[in-house]
Amino acid sequence: MEKMPRWADAILVPMISLLLAAILSALVIVAIGEDPWAAFKLMVQGALMRSAGWGYTLYYTTNFIFTGLAVAVAFHARLFNIGGEGQAMLGGLGVALVCLYIPWPHWSLALLGAATGAALFGALWAFIPAYLQAKRGSHVVITTIMFNYIAFSVLGYMLVNVLRPPRSMDPATAKFPEATHLPTFRDMFSTADNILFRGSPANVTFFLAILACVLVWFLIWRTRLGFEIRAFGHSETGANYAGISAVRITIVTMVISGALAGLMAVNTTQGEAERLVLNSTEGAGFIGIAVALMGRNHPIGVFIAALLFGFLYQGGAELALWTNIPRELIVVIQALVILFTGALDNMVRMPLERLFLSWRRKELR
Amino acid sequence: MTCEGNKVSDAPAIELKGISKAFGPVQANKNISIRVMPGTIHGIIGENGAGKSTLMSILYGFYKADSGEVFINGQQTVIPDSQAAIAAGIGMVFQHFKLVQNFTVLENIILGAEDGGLLKPSLAKARKSLENLAQEYGLDVKPDAIIEEIGVGMQQRVEILKSLYRHAEILILDEPTGVLTPTEADQLFRILARLKKEGKTIIFITHKLREIMDVTDTVSVMRRGEMTATVKTSETSPEHLAELMVGRKVLLRVDKAPAKPGAPVLEVENLHVTDEDGVKRLKGISLNVRAGEILGIAGVAGNGQSELLQVLGGMRNASGIIRINGQQIDLSGKFSNGQSRRARSIAHVPEDRQREGLIMEFSAWENIAFGYHHDPAYQTNALLMNNAGLVELAQDKMNRFDVRPPNPRLAAKNFSGGNQQKIVLAREIERNPDLLLVGQPTRGVDIGAIEFIHQQLIALRDAGKAILLVSVELDEIMSLSDRIAVIFDGRFMGERLPDATNEKELGLLMAGVSEEAA
Repeated sequence: MEKMPRWADAILVPMISLLLAAILSALVIVAIGEDPWAAFKLMVQGALMRSAGWGYTLYYTTNFIFTGLAVAVAFHARLFNIGGEGQAMLGGLGVALVCLYIPWPHWSLALLGAATGAALFGALWAFIPAYLQAKRGSHVVITTIMFNYIAFSVLGYMLVNVLRPPRSMDPATAKFPEATHLPTFRDMFSTADNILFRGSPANVTFFLAILACVLVWFLIWRTRLGFEIRAFGHSETGANYAGISAVRITIVTMVISGALAGLMAVNTTQGEAERLVLNSTEGAGFIGIAVALMGRNHPIGVFIAALLFGFLYQGGAELALWTNIPRELIVVIQALVILFTGALDNMVRMPLERLFLSWRRKELR
Repeated sequence: MTCEGNKVSDAPAIELKGISKAFGPVQANKNISIRVMPGTIHGIIGENGAGKSTLMSILYGFYKADSGEVFINGQQTVIPDSQAAIAAGIGMVFQHFKLVQNFTVLENIILGAEDGGLLKPSLAKARKSLENLAQEYGLDVKPDAIIEEIGVGMQQRVEILKSLYRHAEILILDEPTGVLTPTEADQLFRILARLKKEGKTIIFITHKLREIMDVTDTVSVMRRGEMTATVKTSETSPEHLAELMVGRKVLLRVDKAPAKPGAPVLEVENLHVTDEDGVKRLKGISLNVRAGEILGIAGVAGNGQSELLQVLGGMRNASGIIRINGQQIDLSGKFSNGQSRRARSIAHVPEDRQREGLIMEFSAWENIAFGYHHDPAYQTNALLMNNAGLVELAQDKMNRFDVRPPNPRLAAKNFSGGNQQKIVLAREIERNPDLLLVGQPTRGVDIGAIEFIHQQLIALRDAGKAILLVSVELDEIMSLSDRIAVIFDGRFMGERLPDATNEKELGLLMAGVSEEAA
């Protein structure tokens, strides 16, 4: 018997957790002498009330969808991929190589090519820890973290010594050719007399992210591979009984996870910066862990959680711009959201379950 | 003083009056009343999910009853938590022991009953009283042994000693023999008899009829949350109890015609297995199973029968020769796994259904597909599985195997043990395999379901299929098998026909006493 209805599990619990996080955040803002209500209004206005604000919110959302899906897919096989950050960095390298060295006739083909490059490089970066886990038993949590640092150094080396244009002082590649530039929301949704999403980075990659959500849903719940991934995640001994190869599932799942994390670079590198810079991931790989946690490893949940974190990111930037609330406080607020929705989940869940049980019992009498 | 003493012994040690408890819509206990006299062993028997454990959890303060009263030694007592239960002289030995694995026996015994901040005096005191308890009740344990290094039977003794150390007068044992070998169970029964002689009151919860008949003085039968009867053990019979438990007449003996064996399906020659720790588990096993017969493997758990099943099921590598329908199969490497065995028409009901045979979080229909999920008949197209079709298929198989509730979307973990086993059997038998491997088909399964499972196995045999049966229940081996092979220390001690042997002879073989020596 289910302890409470599914809607309560999927919606009510995270909502209450969010509310608690918001209350605590408000207290913190009060403590540094600012007005939490005004801050909240500013965040909402800056992130959601203008199309440009949405343009930033959805841009961040796109990043978090990819990294969130990456963590979610791996988690279905009970693999904890903390290497999204590094895989996304390498994904950026893939995007840059594809965009710089292949002459693309049209952005749509360039998008396909860049996505392939990003996924391939991200997958490769996840393959090595996956192989070590499957064949040598080195725990992916440890190796993927270490691979984040290696990725950063590899990227630094490539940017400084290989890809940096001559006479440039900046550790970044040259600007990508015009033909690879992706249409932004402004290009897509503005009319002649009504310019929308002015100056904001959201671009066509957002739809790629939604497509990724749909594909991941099919992969996990409709395919044999997804069946095996989930079976392996729930019970390794059971998988052995059924003849599901632990080596194969570990490697394949991590490769898919790495490819998803790598795809994030399409958004940041090809879509926004239009060149590869050293710190294009901006910690999105780690936010992905929180997104997957809050989204219960379900693509729809990941999408909603990514939207929330996109809002927090953009709203936070607005706060830093217009108030005396320091940018660091935004990190505190994000941390509170993660704490309440992820780590303290049971704090809300258990009393709620008890409440529903007692309700149900009353109904029966 | 005498008068008072008489009064105490006249009052029941435990009396429950009108206990009811509901979990949501499920009425786990309905108006249950029970009296247990001091110095007796009282059995509570019932199928899985009948409400036995709930009742005992109320008595031990884990659950609060919705209504009803508890009397201990004639005094009404409120037991809000386990501390109060201990204070009232009640001790509980759980089915799954609650011991700290890397602590010593002594440390586990004082855990939660330390006298103060310093451990040393507590330990010294415990050591002394442990010596007394050991003498008084014949409960020998090594106080300084680490829990994870002693056997299951010993661990259970530690649990009993924990209760006695806390001055328990009333001991509740929840399915105490579920994890024990026959020998360990016999030792437990001797300890219980001793405890009873010393005046302790014991409540013994089980679903095994034989144990009830062997050790209890009185027995209460529970069915679907209700107490259907309380009888003197000496005035009842296993058949009668089974009927009270299930609510209908139950066949305790297996009805079967003589086997008509055909050509050999499984041939094993000189099979060797060495496990991960380098221990030799199988040392040259040879056997064959013919179409239309059941070969039973008898043996004390841990003598290699699990490994034999795992090798045959493709879960473990081995060396030697195995032929299926005359064709040799790989025993190690890339092409030796569960999938390759299924492709050879070998079905496998594994010993541990919860860790191996089922994915507990998966719904019933996913479990019906589990292991056969590559079957082309289960797919919609090259990419997608036919989930809707599988739900229907599962519904069908669940109906035929009488799985209750017959809801294919319910997660496996929400079914009772017997119904979980029926899901596994439905999956494997309905594939109509040439060879069925069965490990512990009725472990933790209630009587009504056991009858059904045995019938299904016999039906498969009569359909001309080969069955290899591994069970630690000697009764089961004796009644189902057409031939019995006894395994000891990775070798076969000999083969017997069930009609031409008896439990004593098999017991000796299981203990490694060979014919020549005997």
